[in-house]
Amino acid sequence: MTMTMSKEAFGGNASPWVSRIAMAAIHFFILVLFLQNVTADTWSSIIGLLFAHLYSVVALTYWSRIERTPAGDTVVVALTLEFVLVAIIFWDRASAWPWSTMFGLALVQICAFAAVRYWKELRGAPASAWFGLIVILIYVMVAATAPIIAPFGETEIVGSEYDVWSNKHLLGTDNLGRDMFTRIIYGGRNTVGIAFATTVLAFVLGGLAGLLAAAMRGWVDQILGRSVDILMAIPSFIFALLILTIVGTSVPSLILVIGILDATRVFRLARAVSMNVVVLEFVEAASLRGEGLWWIIRSEILPNILPPLVAEFGLRFCFVFLFLSSLSFLGLGIQPPTADWGSMVRDNATLITYGDITPLLPAAAIALLTVGVNFVVDWFLHKASGLKD
Amino acid sequence: MNDATIGEVILDMRGLRIEGRSDEIWHEIVHGIDVTLHRGEVLGLIGESGAGKSTIGLAAMGFARDGCRISGGSIMFDGVDLAKASDDGLRQLRGSRIAYVAQSAAAAFNPAHKLIDQYCEAPVQHGIMPRAEAESDAIDLYRRLQLPGPDTIGFRYPHQVSGGQLQRAMTAMAMACRPDLIVFDEPTTALDVTTQIEVLSAIREIVRQFNTAAIYITHDLAVVSQMADRIMVLRHGNLVEEGETRGMIEDPQKDYTRDLLAVRTFRKDTADSPGADMPLLRVEGVSAAYGKVPVLYDVSMDIHRKRTVAVVGESGSGKSTMARVITGLLPPSQGQVFYDGLPLPLDHRKRNKDEKRRLQMIYQMPDTAINPRQRVSAIIGRPLEFYLGLRGADRTARVRELLEMIELDPDEFIDRYPGELSGGQKQRVCIARALAAEPELIICDEVTSALDQLVAEEILKLLQRLQDELGLAYMFITHDLATVRAIADEIVVMLQGKIVEQGPKQQVLSPPHHEYTELLLSSVPEMDPDWLDNLLDDRQGENA
Repeated sequence: MTMTMSKEAFGGNASPWVSRIAMAAIHFFILVLFLQNVTADTWSSIIGLLFAHLYSVVALTYWSRIERTPAGDTVVVALTLEFVLVAIIFWDRASAWPWSTMFGLALVQICAFAAVRYWKELRGAPASAWFGLIVILIYVMVAATAPIIAPFGETEIVGSEYDVWSNKHLLGTDNLGRDMFTRIIYGGRNTVGIAFATTVLAFVLGGLAGLLAAAMRGWVDQILGRSVDILMAIPSFIFALLILTIVGTSVPSLILVIGILDATRVFRLARAVSMNVVVLEFVEAASLRGEGLWWIIRSEILPNILPPLVAEFGLRFCFVFLFLSSLSFLGLGIQPPTADWGSMVRDNATLITYGDITPLLPAAAIALLTVGVNFVVDWFLHKASGLKD
Repeated sequence: MNDATIGEVILDMRGLRIEGRSDEIWHEIVHGIDVTLHRGEVLGLIGESGAGKSTIGLAAMGFARDGCRISGGSIMFDGVDLAKASDDGLRQLRGSRIAYVAQSAAAAFNPAHKLIDQYCEAPVQHGIMPRAEAESDAIDLYRRLQLPGPDTIGFRYPHQVSGGQLQRAMTAMAMACRPDLIVFDEPTTALDVTTQIEVLSAIREIVRQFNTAAIYITHDLAVVSQMADRIMVLRHGNLVEEGETRGMIEDPQKDYTRDLLAVRTFRKDTADSPGADMPLLRVEGVSAAYGKVPVLYDVSMDIHRKRTVAVVGESGSGKSTMARVITGLLPPSQGQVFYDGLPLPLDHRKRNKDEKRRLQMIYQMPDTAINPRQRVSAIIGRPLEFYLGLRGADRTARVRELLEMIELDPDEFIDRYPGELSGGQKQRVCIARALAAEPELIICDEVTSALDQLVAEEILKLLQRLQDELGLAYMFITHDLATVRAIADEIVVMLQGKIVEQGPKQQVLSPPHHEYTELLLSSVPEMDPDWLDNLLDDRQGENA
């Protein structure tokens, strides 16, 4: 009896008991996580609790809606429980950084959900795409749970300068005696996080403007188009240097400046691909039906230009990443003592003279992510364009 | 045609099997077909889309499209097995001894080069003749194909000549190396009836002159009966029937062939004379222009409730522009459109929801008329929500009702994407979307011309049934007179932006005709192998 029940539970359709219980357990776990911190920092704990509730509701709703398979259910439950188990084993760290733990948990679940939902496509993905996906997943996990997995503090000086690789300092120390391994982990969080925020901003701004220009044409198109032309006429690197020198190099100003500069490229792409869709008859049919501009943009045009936009998102993300790193290398990017891969290369460049590859590791981290993202983008483009080999 | 010219076997395909790849699995799409072709013989391949006729035509050149492969059988061309030949060997043959004429000449020509440059490419490449000789040869062929200004037309770019001329230029190009075999893949499908005649007679003439063997692929039995000595009827990659043209037309053996022959026999019941009531739609003295180019001159017409008005004319006659004026996409420079006696705002953006709801449109190309990223339920459901405020379960129930109305099984189709539908099914979904708005008048812009004949006829029957049940009025824009015969109550004949004749069907279709109507009517191919000969003789006689 019990056997059949649990089997059914994993089967998902008839009785989602196991998944419900698993979800409830996780909910409880997050509560404890934040309650641990109530005395230390009341407000963040309260907000954290609210988020935890909200998150659980969303996760449970989604869980009950998606098309699931027994294997998929098992994967989601198993991965989640495993994460919780790891967090319990390292309870000190997990409870000290409840936000990181929660985000890590959310990420694990999102990835597992996505894997189950899109298993059919994923199974057919080439090895390069799998490689890319795994690289991205690792980076994102590391970024989310940086304080938990890093052995030292981000800016903590823990040893002598330029220490060699050892058991205590896996990758040695940097020019100020900070742990290199820790810095690389935190660097991932800062650089990837800022690059991601910048790219999202660029796509929201540029994509929306491009869609508007294509859908409305006339003077809207002219004004948007010419403004973009002006922005593009100035070499973007010089322009960014100029503006950052004026407004200062805080993180928000970095995101804004690079975001706006990159939005011009996104605008041109979004406008060009939308133009091809706007002339199709189903758009005409929608406007004859009397649909508003927003509907036409959101429901008729956007879904049809999504594949090239997503592909561009991947590429743009890499460009922003490199742009940020080169700004940091010049000292105008993310400011010390915040860890950042670009400036880490510069700070430790001296070591290269002595044949030490440590300063190249952050550069390698950049390269690896760029390659991974591009593999995934290639795969996506290949799928979206309907090419068959 | 005459047995004396038919010589030895030039092409012999035995047990041809072709596989296509979808979802990572190979499916057989041609199941062991035998094709034998003699020198100087024209073989017609006919069937609906998906029958494998183009695939077989291409296989005759040893070619399989992307995602397809020749998986079995032999293709003996003059003693060489093309199925086993090397790429190099095939390249030697293609263009010089086997040539191909594609359906859309406009898409097959490179727009960046002049016609004659593209003509000369093959003979020069294959080392058959030097450039200068090839040029004079091209001019000779252009003359034989009765292209206007044969000495100069080759020095134009593809976009500078008309569709029919382009198709003939393409035929000339295929002839450049005097091949032993030409594959014609639906060369006239995209053309008007009047242009089709010119291209058909030109092709037939040139094939006879050079005693070339040809494979003529089409879905139009009437056309193929003019061209071919022998016909193969194909369906789902299988041979249905094979035989001499005349024999097959007069005495088909298989049901499917009979269906193909019987197509276009559908007629609606004779309609009563138009009521004296107020017309549902009145177009009064409308002139319209694209920018500065005038397209419509002082056009007036009425459409009454529950009646079908067919607007006929060749491309460029302004019939689609008329639809754009009525729907408000192109505000006319002069004139007025009345709906139910009241003037309709000329710009569609100024019309209210109800005015828009009552006037719906169905497009020619179902592929582009529905959003490929929306499910059928969303496509049909949106007008329900937008115009009638239906939501949730009500909306779904109504979508299912509409799907039943257009003869698609709701359980099977409601969650599909357009990519998972056939052409005819897509057009049905377009019809359902128009019906969802509960309109009074539907403008049908060439709704059947992108479809196979059998499918097209089903669509016409569906539209007719819906008219009987729901009391709709149709404005039916078409260049196909068979469609007009089938479905119209009244006919409007247009030429160069003017109406040359209009009235009830019987009146327009029975003599005396306006001369342009006569030209259109006589150009509709008939299922009679002698039709083209007789027609050309007639026209020759008139001109002489």
